[in-house]
Order: sequence, then C-alpha cells, then structure tokens
Amino acid sequence: MYPVKYHRATSVDEAKAAFTSASEARFLAGGQTLLPTMKQHLAAPSDLIDLRGIPDLAGISADGDGVRVGAMTTHAEVAQSAEVKEAIPVLAHMASTIGDSAVRHLGTMGGSLANNDVAADYPAAVLGLNATVVTDRREIAAEDYFQGLFATALEEGEMIVAVRYPRPERAGYAKQTNPASRYPMVGVLVAKTGGGVRVAVTGTGQDGVFRHQGLEQALSSDWSQGAVDGVEIGEEGLMNDIHASADYRAHLIRVMAKRAVAAS
Amino acid sequence: MSDTGIGARVKRKEDKRFITGKGRYTDDVRVDNQAYAAFVRSPHAHARVNGIDTSAAEGMEGVIAVLNGNQLTGDGIGNLICGWAVSSKDGSPMNMGPWSALATDRVRFVGDAVAVVIAESQALARIAAEAVEVDYEELPAVVQADKALADGAPQVHDNAPGNLIYDWEIGDAAATDAALEGAHHITEMKVVNQRLSPNPMEPRSAVAIFDTAEDHYTLYTTSQNPHLARLVLSAFYNVAPEHKLRVIAPDVGGGFGAKIYIYPEEITCLWASMKTGRSVKWTGDRAESFMTDMHGRDHITTARMGFDADGKITGFKVDTIANFGAYMSLFSSAVPTYLYATLLSGQYDIANIHCNVRAVYTNTVPVDAYRGAGRPEACFLIERMMETAAREMGTDPGELRRKNFIDTFPHETPVIMTYDAGDFSGNLDKAKAAADVAGFAQRRAEAESRGKLRGLGYSCYIEACGIAPSAAVGSLGAGVGLWESAEVRVNPVGTIEVLTGSHSHGQGHETTFAQIVAERFSQPIENVSIVHGDTDKVQFGMGTYGSRSGAVGMSAIVKAMDKVEAKVKKIAAHTLEASEDDIVIEGGVVKVAGTDREMGWHEVGLAAYTGHNLPDGMEPGLKEGAFYDPVNFTFPAGCYIAEVEIDPDTGDCKVVQFTAADDFGTIINPMIVEGQVHGGVAQGIGQAMLERVVYDDDGQLITGSYMDYQMPRAEDVPFLTIEHNTTVCPNNPLGIKGCGEAGAIGAPPAVINAITDAIGDNDIQMPATAQKIWRALKGRQTAMAAE
Repeated sequence: MYPVKYHRATSVDEAKAAFTSASEARFLAGGQTLLPTMKQHLAAPSDLIDLRGIPDLAGISADGDGVRVGAMTTHAEVAQSAEVKEAIPVLAHMASTIGDSAVRHLGTMGGSLANNDVAADYPAAVLGLNATVVTDRREIAAEDYFQGLFATALEEGEMIVAVRYPRPERAGYAKQTNPASRYPMVGVLVAKTGGGVRVAVTGTGQDGVFRHQGLEQALSSDWSQGAVDGVEIGEEGLMNDIHASADYRAHLIRVMAKRAVAAS
Repeated sequence: MSDTGIGARVKRKEDKRFITGKGRYTDDVRVDNQAYAAFVRSPHAHARVNGIDTSAAEGMEGVIAVLNGNQLTGDGIGNLICGWAVSSKDGSPMNMGPWSALATDRVRFVGDAVAVVIAESQALARIAAEAVEVDYEELPAVVQADKALADGAPQVHDNAPGNLIYDWEIGDAAATDAALEGAHHITEMKVVNQRLSPNPMEPRSAVAIFDTAEDHYTLYTTSQNPHLARLVLSAFYNVAPEHKLRVIAPDVGGGFGAKIYIYPEEITCLWASMKTGRSVKWTGDRAESFMTDMHGRDHITTARMGFDADGKITGFKVDTIANFGAYMSLFSSAVPTYLYATLLSGQYDIANIHCNVRAVYTNTVPVDAYRGAGRPEACFLIERMMETAAREMGTDPGELRRKNFIDTFPHETPVIMTYDAGDFSGNLDKAKAAADVAGFAQRRAEAESRGKLRGLGYSCYIEACGIAPSAAVGSLGAGVGLWESAEVRVNPVGTIEVLTGSHSHGQGHETTFAQIVAERFSQPIENVSIVHGDTDKVQFGMGTYGSRSGAVGMSAIVKAMDKVEAKVKKIAAHTLEASEDDIVIEGGVVKVAGTDREMGWHEVGLAAYTGHNLPDGMEPGLKEGAFYDPVNFTFPAGCYIAEVEIDPDTGDCKVVQFTAADDFGTIINPMIVEGQVHGGVAQGIGQAMLERVVYDDDGQLITGSYMDYQMPRAEDVPFLTIEHNTTVCPNNPLGIKGCGEAGAIGAPPAVINAITDAIGDNDIQMPATAQKIWRALKGRQTAMAAE
C-alpha cells in the first residue's frame, strides 16, 4: 500500500473540511472494496477520511412512510434491524446475504452505494424500491443515482448521509451468486410500490443495475411466477465473462424473477 | 491398543500452537538488519527484454539495491533445472529450456521475474518495483497445450522445436492396437484435466540471511523438503556449498506439492543477501501465488478402451498432451509419465495398455506435481471410461468394474507397476453398503418429486505412493534417491527426540510419528518430540510429498528404533543379569519377561550415558540413525461413491452424499487419516465442480484472485461417510500405504460420473459449473423437443 494519511472524522463538517484540504482524498466507509484496492496499488489516495465515527451517518429509523438507513449502517445492522424487518423485510433479507459475516459487520450501505459495484446487492434495493439517496448537499432519486459501472451521480466530495426507502406493498429478492466471488451474478428485486411495479436487476448488466420494463409490465397485470414466463428477456446489454455467458444470465434473470415473486 | 499408540485417535500435539496463534511461519521470522524484496514481474506472457532502467527506482526512498538477471548470472548463479530426465521414445533427451531466476533476455509467462528491488520495508520495495522500467518487445504467445503443437505456433524456447519437450511412450502399441481391433465394444473419450492452482493457505515466503563473517547463508523458507532445497541450491544453483547453507522450513501452512520446488524468489533472496549484506525477506501475496506457484494437471487426452463380449477389458490406448508451462519445473517431467501413465491399469486386469505422452511448452506458469500428481489424471481418465463404458453397454457400473478387478497379488501391470496387495471387491462392497446404493432409486424418485435431478457415480481409484525405491526411480531418470532418514535419540532422562527427514506442513507428523515411538518404547507420548525441517538439526532427508511420510518416513523411524531397542535390551540384560532374548519393553519399563526384575526406561537411558556399567566394548550413548529405502511403491486404493442433486432451473449442483471406502494399509491415527480424506475430497470436489486456471489467448491470467478462481467452500462439501477396508502393505514394517492424496485422486471422477448420471449427458468436462450443467440440460431438452 502507498503511504496514506488517515483521519477519523467525528462530524460531517469535519469530514468535508478534511476532504477539501487534502490533495486526493477518499472517504472511508467499511473499506471492503477500497482497502483491498489500495493494497493492490490500484488506488492511491493521499488521505483517507473515516466516516464511521460520525453520529449523523449512523442509525436506522422508521415511520409510516418507510425506513431511513444511515450511510454508515453495516449490512449486519440492516439484517438484524427490527424496524427494517417490519417495514421492508426484503431489505433485511438482502443484507443478510451480502458477502460473509466479516463483510457484513464492516461493510456499509453508504459505502456500497458510493462504490456502485456492478455485482453489489444494494443497488437492486435502491432502484427496485424507489429509494432516495440523501447526501450532504441534496436528495437524489434512485433513477438518477446510478450512472454505469462504478459511476454515480455523486459529485467530487459529496457524501451519502442516508438512504430513504419507502414501504413497498410487497417485494422479494433472489440471486444467483458468482461461483468464485459469491457476489450476485444475477440478482433480481421485484416490488409492488405505491408508484407501480418495479423490477431491478443487479450483477449482470454491462452498465450496472437496471430496471426490466418487460418484467414490470407483466407483473403489473399479473403478480405471479407464471407471468414471468411470457416475458422476453434479451441478452443485449448483459455481461459475458468466464463465469456466465449472456444467454445464461438472461435465463437466470427469468429464474430469479420467479423466485423473487415467490418470496414476496 | 494403547490410548496413544498405533490406531489411537490422539489429538494433534501441534494444534495448541496453531490454534492459539503461536505457530511460527517463515513470515514470522524477524532478524536484525532485515530488508525486503519486491520482484519486478513481466506483465506480458511472452516478450523480449531489450533493457531494464533501474535508475528511477534506485533513487527512491528506502531503496537499498535494484538487481537484475545479468548481475545474477554474472555471479555464477545457475539456471533452474528439472531434476528428472525423461527421454523421448526415439531416445533423444528432453528439451530443457533455460530458466534464470531473473530473466535476462526473454520473459515467458505473466509473472516471470526480471528484477528485484531490495528496500527497507515491504511497502517501499513494492512501490519502487513499479518504478523499474523494462523495455519489453512483445512476442506472440501460446497458452493451450494442443495449440502449442500446431504448425506455426509461437516458439517458447529456441531449443524445443514445435514446443515439444519430449514425445514419450509406455506399453506395447502394436499389441494394444490389435486388442482394440478385435474388441466387441470400444469406448472412446476425449478428457481434459484442467489446470489448477494449488492455493496453500500460507503464501510462499523466504528469509535469506548472509553472514559476512562466516560466508554462511541461512534460508528460512516455505518448503516441503528443506534438504532437497539445500542440495539443489548448492549443487545446481551455486548459491553456496552445502556446509555453508542452512535451510529451515519452520511451520508451513500447506503445500499440496507447490512447496516442493525451489523457486526463483528463494535463489534471488539468498543471492541478494550476499550482494547487499542485508537479510532479505520476501513474502508473496495472493496475486503472486496465483501468478507464480507451480500449477497442477493440465492434460488433454484421447483414449480408447476395448471390451470383449463378456465386458472384460482387452486393451487401453491413451494419447496425452501435457502442458508444462513456460519452463520445466523440478519434477515436471515425471508427473505425466511415471506418476501418470504407470497407473493407467487402474484397479483392472488389462493385458494391453499403451500410452503416448507429449509434453509441451506454453506461455503460462510452469506445471508440476499438485496433490496426486499424475495419478488424479490417470484415475479420472480410467474411471470416466469405465462409467461411460458401462452406460454404453447397459451394464451396472459397479459390476463392470468388479468383473475387471485384479484379485490376485502381486500383480504386474503392462505399465511397469507391481501391485502388492489390495481388496478391490471388498472396497466396492463396503462403499456400496455404506452409500446405500440399493436405496438410490428411491432417493432419485424423491428428488424428482422436489424437481431435482439426482445422480450417482462411482470411482475406484488406485495410486502409487510411498515414493519411491531409489534404484528404480534412478533407472527411470530421477536425479535423486527417494529413501528417508531418521534418528532416534533417547536422552539420559529417558525422553525421546526423533529427527526425521520428513516434513510436516499440515500432516500432523508431530503426533503420528510420536505415536509409533510411544507405543514401541511404552513411553508417555508427551515424552516424545519430533524434530524436522532444519538442515542444521536433522540429517539429510528427502521431505514430504507423494504420500510418502508414513510409508517411507515412519519406516526409517522404525529401523532406527530397531537399533535403539537392540541396544536397550543389551544394556538391560547386562544390568539385570539376564539373556537379551528375555528382555521385554512393556508397562513403561524394561524387564526380564515373566519376572519382577526390571529397570525404568529412564534408568536405561541414564546407564547408557553415564557409561558406568555397560557391556564390554559397548559405546556409551543411546541414539541411532537409519536410512530406509522402500522396495516398492505402496498402492492405496478405494471406492468412492458420490451422489449429487441438480436444480434444472439454474444448473446448480450439490454433492449431497459422499462415501469413501479406502484401503490405506495400517492406520496410525484414524482422526488424522480422516482429516486427510476430508481435505483431499474437498480439493477433488473443487476440481470436479469449481476450480480452473484461465488464461486468455494472449496469456493474461484471468483467474488471478479469488474473485475469479473458484475455491471450494464449506458449503460445497457434504459430510463424508468414511469407511476403511484395510489390507496391510507387505513391503514396509508398519504395513502403511499412505493417505494424503487419495481424496484428491478419487473424488473428481465420482462427482462427474454422478453429474453425468443425473443429467443424462456424458459430455461434460471439469469443472462442471452450474452454467455448464444448465447448458448440457438445455441441449438435451432441445434435442428431446426436436425428436
């Protein structure tokens, strides 16, 4: 690892000040991607600003409309949260399946979303549940947030503070994991929301998470596994690598969509 | 049986330090004057090196030196060698290409080292290594073994035209052809045994210490055989004469074969320590493990097996291309020849066998022995052939095997092995009973009711272990003998130290070796300690690989104990005024049989060392050494039965039941033996379903991390049912056959046979991933729809 200066921020303002005064700063959340990347010399920030000690970024709260998850909430906390389990059980379930136990106790929702790995689980939750990403300077709708592989609407120095999830009427998530990394290779979240049926697919799109219009239309008229069978699921835009070809991925989208409906 | 002797489930003595974090591995070694090495490695699979500019790196913080291959060869450091000469069938010697620890003019695989940075910390060394500018002129690369043999393929070594290292054969080609010609049924297959990465938990590491006052080197290293390392470093690489080089392999976290060899990094660290006057440490990271640890397997084979009308095998003809990677590693030449083709008779009485092996260079990591080493490739081929033949002929796969089993011993195969003992039918019976093969149809129907496809597959493996009779391997080209040594020291207080040439890197020798000593001398096991892994402490020994430590290493200890026992009895007879023949060692004492006249064991030790009252002419002291050279290989064998369930929607496959019935000969510690089976089967399941090294066509390593290389995990391996069906090995004193590699050898064909049984499609190559299974099922569904 290249030498790096470590800061432990205790407030959002302190973190922002440290960020602007450094030459090439990165925010550090759970470090589950950033630190291995730095060890491999694939990233070399001058300064790491640790956000995990900032009270404003912590905690889960729920009301009648939905759940607000602080950016530094770990996957394990989401998985075990009574509020999340009550309001949006699919989100708690998804969090319980991310990585392994060590990852779940270090990795955070904000860190995962800021990184926007194509093979992450949470992007499917944010897009499929029509969540809002709350940052230190604005609120970003799910539709606008994801902008391609490892690309988001976040500007330089912009920090995710929390994610607000509206309560869905019902929702389910199913995934086929990559046999090596065990990240989702195809993850499908289906949700009936106040704004209609949403189907988000993660792990498999060349541009990252995406909504599948065909599945959404079919499930809007008939929320059943059978409805999924009639949908055409093309290979276009799907990844093709040593683990899964595009046709296998397209097939898995169908299978996972059915399993997600069954789980909803 | 005592509770610590042969056959007892003694808890491992070494585990206290391992599970409390007190193990001492090479990277734990901290010495004065410590500096760190980082290697500059080729990013290209094949390139000419036109120049290396080290000036920027030399000026960087903490850098002590930047050294290159011309300096290394200029100092007389020799090229790496393959230590086993295998000639082509026309008598020409194998084509060994030059391999310098640091490449001078050409790099031949991604990761080939071209320079080394020595710096004050590992981080500074690695940062500076990135600043070394190498002027590469890229050359076309070849990756696949069959493509390497094609006309116009890029040439890896100038002295190996067509990339051919050797074109070797064994058996009678004409007789085998004739047997196949007259066969009633012929089964023909193309089988790929894919390339694997060994993945020991501890990455390779070396600490080299040059003592300028004594001109003496010490090397701590992750080795399965420190004496062999010292010999090769001294005799071939000219690092230092043997008496000026101490090699210590302390706790080693797994080897699987990959730590047999002496690598460029160890040579370079020793040389760099002398050059810089600093101690030099290098510890590879996981990326370097994938990129530079010797790989395993990588065979492409076509084979034909002929049967008569009764289902008896008449002939077996095999043609194999073995991928050796960019250079010939230390034992590479022996793996697809004497460890593979000589096992092609399997458990079967086959009159005619012929095997041709072409070994080729490619622009990939060198390939050498990996857990099983040739024997998994042979077993996979035979057992896939047998299962396929049974299906083609409509006979029960277990019974087709039984019909062909060898049932009288010794049995000489047409591929130069003499099997000494076994009970192949008994293994099959035991496995079938334990696996409840009779109930399989019901389990399959039940699985079908849940929408799952269930399949069952057999594998009846045999391996040659206890490697190996020195004269025999010498006549086949080995550069070393494969005996083992031991020294048994009884201290004046009666405690016992055993110095063994074997090396433990997970096998539990500190426990099992102590068990045989505790039993023989009727002493508490805690009074016995096992010393290994240090050339300054232990007499020359050959190390641990090829499941040899029980059959060969323990046999050497037994021989040394024989000598100790003889001396103990002489001393006791003298002291107790009895005949030597009447002296027995039992109940913790040395006594005159049938009397109450006795000496404590410690009293004999004390008598030996005081020398006050010894028989006339006897030398004081109580320590004896022995070298044991086996008279034959040993032949562990067994029957494995796997059952899988497949989800047809995704192709996901789970091994839901796995039964092993093994014949390992005498078992010293069943718990440790079962652990070896667990680990071996896990690796076998890994090969069958998950693992493979992938290079792209340009020779870039795609599976360079666990993001892409699929290791088996706990959830991939079921609880195993393990049975033993013991026939004692007649050729060594304890009757041991060996158990370290069996699981990795026997499991892959059992799993693939089960998968192909479940999906009704026989054409599937390892690893049988979910995607491959899904595709096979899709093909079948399409075919059925078209019917």
